[in-house]
Amino acid sequence: MEFSFDLLLEAVVFGVLLGCFYAAVSIGLSVSFGLLDVPHVAHPALIVFGSYCTWFVARYGLDPILAGVVLMPLFFLLGVAIYRFYYETFEKRGTEAGVRGIAFFFGVALIIEVGLILIFGVDQRTVEAAYIGKSLELGDMRIPLRFLVAFGVAVVLMAGLTLYLAKTFTGRAIKAVAQDEPALRLMGADPVRIKQWAFGIATATASLAGALLIVIGPVDPGLDRTYIGRTFSVVVLAGLGSMTGTLAAGLILGITESIVLMQFGASWAPAVAFGLLLLVLGVRPQGLFGR
Amino acid sequence: MKFWISCAIALGGAIALAAILKNEYFFFAGYTVLMFIVLATAWNILGGYAGYVNFGTPAFFGLGAYTAAVLFKAFELPLALQIVAAATMSGLLGLGAGLLTLRLRGIFFAIATIALVVIMETLFINWRYAGGATGLQLLRPPPTAPFESYIKMLFVVMAALAVIAVAIARYIETSWLGRGLRAIRDSEEAAEASGVPTLKLKVFACTVSGALMGVAGAPMPMYLSFIEPASTFNLNYAIGALASPMIGGTAHYIGPVLGAILLASFQQIVTVTISNEVNVLVVGVMLVVFVVAAPDGILGLLKKIPWKRS
Repeated sequence: MEFSFDLLLEAVVFGVLLGCFYAAVSIGLSVSFGLLDVPHVAHPALIVFGSYCTWFVARYGLDPILAGVVLMPLFFLLGVAIYRFYYETFEKRGTEAGVRGIAFFFGVALIIEVGLILIFGVDQRTVEAAYIGKSLELGDMRIPLRFLVAFGVAVVLMAGLTLYLAKTFTGRAIKAVAQDEPALRLMGADPVRIKQWAFGIATATASLAGALLIVIGPVDPGLDRTYIGRTFSVVVLAGLGSMTGTLAAGLILGITESIVLMQFGASWAPAVAFGLLLLVLGVRPQGLFGR
Repeated sequence: MKFWISCAIALGGAIALAAILKNEYFFFAGYTVLMFIVLATAWNILGGYAGYVNFGTPAFFGLGAYTAAVLFKAFELPLALQIVAAATMSGLLGLGAGLLTLRLRGIFFAIATIALVVIMETLFINWRYAGGATGLQLLRPPPTAPFESYIKMLFVVMAALAVIAVAIARYIETSWLGRGLRAIRDSEEAAEASGVPTLKLKVFACTVSGALMGVAGAPMPMYLSFIEPASTFNLNYAIGALASPMIGGTAHYIGPVLGAILLASFQQIVTVTISNEVNVLVVGVMLVVFVVAAPDGILGLLKKIPWKRS
């Protein structure tokens, strides 16, 4: 394997694009797991579900990204419903849900995955749009336009959510509920309603993330299994609930994966996210920007 | 005493079946059910008693299976030694994973175990000697003396392993180890404060649990005469190992056995008659229903029936 600077540069550029995409895919989990402490292992399955919804809507001629945006309110409601159910069955009964909470979301992920297989089959699905299939040439480098579009949308999504959490009243309330729930209760606010709202937002990002996922490449129902590793490793590496951290962690994962892909081949790439995750858990479990 | 008599009856029954029944398919299916009893029992030692969810069953199971396959390819090691080696390797994996992540909250351990599966699979995909991504064909040796066919022998071996697994789980449950693990599940801080060596106990449980999962995987290459990464590290093993105790009940060693028998027999029937997808869907739905509506599983439901109490 010969080392080449050009190849490395290309890997890094790809890594940055991919990394932003990973960060955008993980940001919903960063809210639901990172801030709200819900062991939401079904989030990647919801993202794949979002991809299929996008595909379904995009068949009627709508742009896939736009379809993802249109679907966001529906996903918001879905998220509110999921949290409400989770709260009523687990959190309300006092002690933390522990094993049963994780098993519950694991079951939900299975149901979504198999439901998609039963309805759409195991075939891969793709969408069409003007920017898919073309690429931008920069010197020797060819960057597929679909990556650039996904990159742009990812940046907008992340900036929007970060600003929302930092500047608006509800956004700060969400951060407050993550920091000190009893104190919030003493202030006369209802933590459950805030969490419900936050979980709705986290789930709403899954539809846009799903749209990005299907813009970047073909989607099949089993894809959520790969993304469990990627999203959780980004969120844990970031330090739970840190938005800046999510971006940094996404970039680290994207660049590492892309370099490994180029140097060692595709068969090693899936292990990168998980190896990184194990490393972080073993060495620095509070993540890069831990609270 | 009652326990050992039931064990002897179960094992004797398995041997009798092997002697009487001619239909080979029964043993193919029965082997899978027994294997899931081992997996579910192993899972429950850490998941049920201590409350740490392990999604990594396929990693331990697969490492056991590959250990057996590689040793067979290299030295033609007999089955019994393959099983011992598999238990050692998977136990070591459990020890390592436990030391690395059991200091953290349960959810982190759960995620780390998912990571373990993918890392193991990637390692074996890239290991040429073990067959790489395409897999390894293995030639079964002739069955040992009293058995007329290899599959019947494997069936009896797996029955014996299931009895051993349940006996180990029972020992842990009824000894001070089980009390410590339950204390961890109920409140880790309180357990630590009252002098329970929480980390040691958790790592111990993870090691034993991992070793037993490896044991369940060890005869697999011989069972299939073939081994290949994608099906060996399949997440379906994780589902079965997790769902069985959840459905049967995690508090008592008989819970996982009950759940595994129900779930695995049911899966055999549905996979053959309908389809594998429907089978996974039903397991998912059952898992969610039980976790939400019957948190103590079938055992918990049985306890609620008033006449049962007398």
